[in-house]
Amino acid sequence: MQIARVVGDVVATMKDASLHGHKLLVLQPVTPDHAPAGRTLVAVDAMGAGVGEHVFFVRGREAAFPFYPAEPSVDACVVGIVDHWDVEV
Amino acid sequence: MILARVVGTVVATRKDERLVSSKLLVVRPVDPAGKSDGNYLVAVDTVDAGAGETVLIVSGSSARMASGLKDCPVDAAIVGVVDHVDVKD
Repeated sequence: MQIARVVGDVVATMKDASLHGHKLLVLQPVTPDHAPAGRTLVAVDAMGAGVGEHVFFVRGREAAFPFYPAEPSVDACVVGIVDHWDVEV
Repeated sequence: MILARVVGTVVATRKDERLVSSKLLVVRPVDPAGKSDGNYLVAVDTVDAGAGETVLIVSGSSARMASGLKDCPVDAAIVGVVDHVDVKD
């Protein structure tokens, strides 16, 4: 899993039927000191996250697991909203 | 998932039989602002996307969960046509 900041949302009317009803968020992965790390991506939201919040997300086939037994065609899913994190180097 | 723009089509007469009648499009990843970002890839279209449109790409084994692609040898599928992206920075 990775930590990211929610920077936006995506609206798509025409989409795979398995995606109907799911919120799509634009995520920017971040480093522990909040700097952007890598490319933005689009993830479905299983948590009710909003723009500006820090979240953690899972990639790959496992991204569909929060919706079990449904199997939506998703490869990234927000599975937690971060309250705070502490890193000691 | 990633955002990408459809930039072309692929025609292949000889291909895996499970790909017969699949529409193959050439897409190029874009950032939320629409700027091209990264290398081209070929994705199976499940939502009738067309050239120039911004689409949502699901990659990896999750691509096989898109409608009609069960057990197909694909690792990228177009699962949505993006109407708009809102990014607040």
